[in-house]
Amino acid sequence: MSFWLECYRRMWLIRRFEEKVESLFARGALHGTTHTAIGQEAVAVGACAALGPRDVVLSTHRGHGHLIARGGDPNRMMAELFGRATGYSRGRGGSQMMANPAIGFWGSNGITGGGLPVAVGAALAFRLRGERRVALCFFGDGAANQGMFHESLNMAALWKLPVVFICENNGYAMSTPVTMASAVPAIALRAAAYGIPGETVDGNDVRAVRDAVAAACDHARRGQGPTLLECRTYRFSGHSRGDPRRYRTREEETAWRRNDPLRRCRAFLRQEGILDEERDRVIRREAAQRVAEAVRFARRSPWPDPASLETGVFA
Amino acid sequence: MTTMTMAEAIRQTLRREMQRDARVILLGEDIGVYGGAFGVTRGLLEEFGPDRVRNTPISEMSFTGVAIGAALAGLRPIVEIMFMDFITLVMDPLVNWAAKLHYVTERHCPLVVRTPAGGGRGYGPTHSQSFEAWFLQVPGLWIAVPSAPADAVGLLRTAIRGKNPVLFVEHKRLYGITGEVAVAGPAIPFGRARRVRRGRDLTMVAWSRMVVEAMAAADRLSAEGLEAEVLDLRTLTPLDLESVVESVRRTHRLLIVDEGVRRGGVAADLAAQVGEAVFEYLDAPIRRVTAPDIPIPAVPILERAALPDADRIAREALRWVREFS
Repeated sequence: MSFWLECYRRMWLIRRFEEKVESLFARGALHGTTHTAIGQEAVAVGACAALGPRDVVLSTHRGHGHLIARGGDPNRMMAELFGRATGYSRGRGGSQMMANPAIGFWGSNGITGGGLPVAVGAALAFRLRGERRVALCFFGDGAANQGMFHESLNMAALWKLPVVFICENNGYAMSTPVTMASAVPAIALRAAAYGIPGETVDGNDVRAVRDAVAAACDHARRGQGPTLLECRTYRFSGHSRGDPRRYRTREEETAWRRNDPLRRCRAFLRQEGILDEERDRVIRREAAQRVAEAVRFARRSPWPDPASLETGVFA
Repeated sequence: MTTMTMAEAIRQTLRREMQRDARVILLGEDIGVYGGAFGVTRGLLEEFGPDRVRNTPISEMSFTGVAIGAALAGLRPIVEIMFMDFITLVMDPLVNWAAKLHYVTERHCPLVVRTPAGGGRGYGPTHSQSFEAWFLQVPGLWIAVPSAPADAVGLLRTAIRGKNPVLFVEHKRLYGITGEVAVAGPAIPFGRARRVRRGRDLTMVAWSRMVVEAMAAADRLSAEGLEAEVLDLRTLTPLDLESVVESVRRTHRLLIVDEGVRRGGVAADLAAQVGEAVFEYLDAPIRRVTAPDIPIPAVPILERAALPDADRIAREALRWVREFS
């Protein structure tokens, strides 16, 4: 049962991290841009909780949560956002390009849908070497309209590769509602076109996500090929910094707030008697402290040396 | 040493690298039973099987992305893009993934993208283009442009055994040319031009099939009493600027032959770099012989007029040398 408690803890770490990122940007302490995933924590944590240590994750432009869920170091993440030499990409990647292959996190990615074929390629290599590893790729409802989505699902299905495709359907591709962008807004139905399992999952229920991804991983490890999971969720925050959210109503946001994945996880843990008021307070406080420590680490870290600018273009 | 065609030299190199390293796999359209549109991979499916010679759907963007994923997972994929014209579909994974990986995240991406380029076979506007100039703007990507079978062998070996993504441009009109090849010969390091002909009066720089035209032009110029030095760049990134500059210091004239269109071309870039480096050594403005800024037409009478050839190179060189002497 400590499993779900750990998931809850990690969801809070993501929430506090993203809140801090937003406030740092609002105060002008961070430069550039970022996309936060407040409200989508259950998809990241539920999916990564189903993976083994040798599996790999491909992420998106909205990838902080995925990296934390995979066990990423908040210090190095925050340092990257601050552009410091201690960041995951030594300040070269910023919010949208962080990777840590050592923990099976193959990178966030600023190109919508760009991770999809890369996940298929990883799975191809695993298959050719006879390894029982899985490649999991997060992408959004917007990316589901990229050619790469269809091409990648087709190849993964054709070659029966161990890929788990996780669509984080948060209802909007930047400002464009999924109903204005997809002729058939139910992304999971597209699995039928490639003869693979497709399932709609309550993306704000960390247990539902974890169970669905675990089943998809089993399917993949048995050599039965990929699965498409459409996790329905919502980002409470705007698309990126400075988004006034004119494309949706405050009523809609309030309704989704009642469906907050953290609130739902807490209700479950309380009901099961795993979590009491005091412990809940400690978890939240520790998450905030961890993030504050990350900020201190980032601020103390050195800037990258301008003399290093042209190094490392080639290996 | 054996005499073989460029296509055979590339095939034998692929074969040899696949024999010595199980991590090398091929991906591409119709590369299996058909052997690729130009027959370069013929026989490899039979020898290595469908897992390593993987016939793909017509999904250039994604199978190139697949190759990147496989490279990150420790394989050494070689992708064939049937015509370089289709490289438009591959820009995103090459530019935004493969070429940035090392600079940003310090990961190796040993990926080779082979592609037949160039005109002269009447294939029309979408099957005849030379797009290598675009990739000069992509730091992190190597570009090989061999003009002879032996260079193709040595450069391809370097590409396959390296740690970086490589665009390997094969001119479709070079596949049939023959040359002396040592299939087990040494790898050729990138960034070293080859002096194909010595000369004192002008330097001609070319790559890929334009080396053949430049050499024929040099013979004609010789008959007119002008001795051209001909340099084959062999790779565009890294660029062997030093060899070009060294030659220009001796000949004081530079003519660049580029099959691509004129604006924003490889020749334009090279002219700028040489001008910056050794302006004071030049007796004449740097001259470019290129295709005009037009799509490549299909009908031979127009296509021939579009692409630089020995006649045009020699004619323009003579006029230019006389004008500035």
